[in-house]
Amino acid sequence: MNAQMLQPAAQPHTAATTPTPAIALERLVKSFDARPVLRGLSYALPAGRTLVIFGPNGAGKTTLLRTLATLARPTAGRALVAGLDVVADAGEVRRLVGYVGHQPHAYEELTARENLLFFARMYGLRDGAERASKLLERVGLRARASDRVRAFSRGQAQRLALARGIVHDPAVLLLDEPDTGLDQEALALLERLVAERRERGLETVLTTHHLERGLRLADDALTLVRGRIAYAGAAAALDVAAIERLYAGERLTSPETGGAA
Amino acid sequence: MSTQATGARLAWEQFWAIIWKDLRSELRTRQAWMSMGLFALLALVVFNFAFDLRVENLATVGPGALWIAFIFASILGLSRNITVEQDRGPMDRLLIAPVDRAVVYLAKVVGNVIVISVIEVVALPIFAMLYNLPIIQPAIAPILLLGTLGVAAVGTQFAALAANTRARELLTPLLIFPLIVPVVIGAVRATEALLTPIHDDAPWLGLLVAFDVIFLSVSAITFQFVVEE
Repeated sequence: MNAQMLQPAAQPHTAATTPTPAIALERLVKSFDARPVLRGLSYALPAGRTLVIFGPNGAGKTTLLRTLATLARPTAGRALVAGLDVVADAGEVRRLVGYVGHQPHAYEELTARENLLFFARMYGLRDGAERASKLLERVGLRARASDRVRAFSRGQAQRLALARGIVHDPAVLLLDEPDTGLDQEALALLERLVAERRERGLETVLTTHHLERGLRLADDALTLVRGRIAYAGAAAALDVAAIERLYAGERLTSPETGGAA
Repeated sequence: MSTQATGARLAWEQFWAIIWKDLRSELRTRQAWMSMGLFALLALVVFNFAFDLRVENLATVGPGALWIAFIFASILGLSRNITVEQDRGPMDRLLIAPVDRAVVYLAKVVGNVIVISVIEVVALPIFAMLYNLPIIQPAIAPILLLGTLGVAAVGTQFAALAANTRARELLTPLLIFPLIVPVVIGAVRATEALLTPIHDDAPWLGLLVAFDVIFLSVSAITFQFVVEE
C-alpha cells in the first residue's frame, strides 16, 4: 500500500471534551539521517483513555513511543504528555511516564528485587522496598526475587520489565509490544494490568501485533502506515479483518476520515 | 501515595544508587577487574624485562611504565562498563527515569575511579617489588587519585560516545588517548618527582587538579548530548 495515498486522519474524536489531552501530537516529524519515520502526525488522546497502536513493521510505532518517553527528540512538530512538551519539559514528562519495551533490558547482574529497588530510587520513592515486594508478587516473581536476572527466562525478564515500568505508578504507561515472549499467565497479567489502569482512569498506550488483544484492551485505536496515521478512532469501530487487510497492504476504511482512507 | 525525594536530595540518592548498582554488578562478575588486573600485571612485567636490559635508572622510566600500564588497563574497564549498559539497553531505561544526566555521568566516573583504584592498589606493591622503587608512600595517593580521576573523566565521556558506533573498539582509545596526554604528563612527572632526588618545582599536581576540574565540569554539562539522541 502506498501510504502517500492515505488521507490524513481526522481530528481526535473526543478532544473537545477534555482541555488537556493525555497525549497530543502536533505535526510530529521524526527522521533518522534524513529518512522520515514519523511524517507529520497530529493526534490527541483524551485523558483516561487506553490507546492501541497498530501498524506493520517499520510503521513508526516504536519511534512514536520512544518520542513520548523522551528517548527520541522530534525533528519537527511537538509531542505533549499531559500538556508537557517532551523536549522542553522532559524532566517532568519522565516523572509521569512509564515505559515497557519489547526487550526487557534489565540489569542482568542484579537480582529482580535489586532492579526494582534501583529504579524506585531513581524516582525518589521512599517506599521502594514495599513496592518492590508487592510488584514481584503481582508479576509472579516472588520466588525468584533474590535471583539474578541473568538466570531468568525471556518471559520472566519481561515480567520484571513490566513491574519496573509501573514501579512509580505512572500517570501514562507506554507499552511497546510488551506481550513479546510472555506466556499465557503473563499475558493474562498484562491484560489485568491494562484493565485496572483503565478502571482507575489512567492512560495506557499500547502497541501490539496481536490485533484481538489490542482491540479488546483499548478504547481508541491508531494505525500507522509508513509514518502516517491511516486510522484514528474508536477501537470498537475497527474490526480485525480491516487491520489484517492493512497489514496485507490494502487501504483501510476509517470512520474518522469519512470513508476510504 | 508514597512520599518522594526531590531536588538535590533526590540527585544525591540517585548518584549513590548508580554507583552502588555499578559496583554491585562488578563485584558479582569481576570481569573488568580480571581483564584490567591481568593487563596491568602483564604490562608491568614486560616493561620490567625491557627496562632491565636497557635502562640504568629505573626511577626515571618506572613512573612512565606504571602509568602506561594503569591507563591502558583503565581503558579496558571504562569501555566495558559503559558499553555493556548501552549495548544491552538498560541505559535507555535509566534515561527514561527523571535523573539528571550530569548525575549519571558523575556517578559513572566515581564508580570507574573506585574500580580502577582497586587495580592500582593491587598493582602498586607488585610494581614496587619488580622495579625496586620506594613508591609505597603517602604522597603517591593524591597523584593516583587525581590521575585516575582524569582518566575516568575522559574515559567515561568518550567510551559513552564511542559506544553508539560500530567501530567503538577502535574509536574509544583513539578518542581518549590524545585527550589524556596532560594527565599522563602530570601523573608521570609527579610520580617521578617522588622517586628521584631531582628537585622539580613544576606544579604537576596543580595541572592534574586543573585538568580534572575542567574536564569533569565540561563533561557533566555535555554528557546528555552524548547519551541522548
